Amino acid sequence: MLARMLTITQALHDRIVEHARADHPDEACGVVAGPAGSDRPERFVPMLNAARSPTFYEFDSTDLLKLYRELDDRDEEPVVIYHSHTATEAYPSRTDVSYANEPGAHYVLVSTADTDGSGPFQFRSFRIVDGEITEEEVRIVAAY
Amino acid sequence: MAIEVRIPTILRTHTDGAKTVQGAGATIDELFKDLDSRHPGIRERLIDDGGALRRFVNVYLNDEDVRFLAGLGTELADGDNVTILPAVAGGAR
Repeated sequence: MLARMLTITQALHDRIVEHARADHPDEACGVVAGPAGSDRPERFVPMLNAARSPTFYEFDSTDLLKLYRELDDRDEEPVVIYHSHTATEAYPSRTDVSYANEPGAHYVLVSTADTDGSGPFQFRSFRIVDGEITEEEVRIVAAY
Repeated sequence: MAIEVRIPTILRTHTDGAKTVQGAGATIDELFKDLDSRHPGIRERLIDDGGALRRFVNVYLNDEDVRFLAGLGTELADGDNVTILPAVAGGAR
């Protein structure tokens, strides 16, 4: 049963937003790994966007293999898979849904579309299972 | 000719939940046909209607993406490891 909430530390939240800000206008992407079965994001792993595009992201295939080997060795899962949208809202696109292959992950989207207003970046979390998008609450905590 | 194949979470519905399965074949293409004979449906998740490897499926022979080798024609040897990983991709486009 999937928890309908993402609980994440302020520090991890800030690192995701910082990565999205740094890579703007290209999309930024990465994962936050955590112990298998814990649903607790712990280890921030920024990834290179091999597409280097403002409208698309893809983990480099060699990096992807390295990442999954490492997760396996450490008995971890990709608890959070994050990426940024740089000109649109932080909501999964059709492309996002068609490539969503981790039904157990929290898909976090950050929008950097409002950089000029320096307003708060949108930071939202979704489950994407069998093509169905379910938004979930994000609870930001100081520590677990 | 035993090849160990690592199966990603999303495809374990075809392998009764198994993370690794054994297969056989002289090439990646033959290996996928062999897997499909015991794990029906898995091949069409990997290969498109035109018989090509799906764009957003990555297949590795040992440490190498088979797209940088000979694709589905990549030859296999006894004891090789094959890893299947769906691309992590998306975007606003």
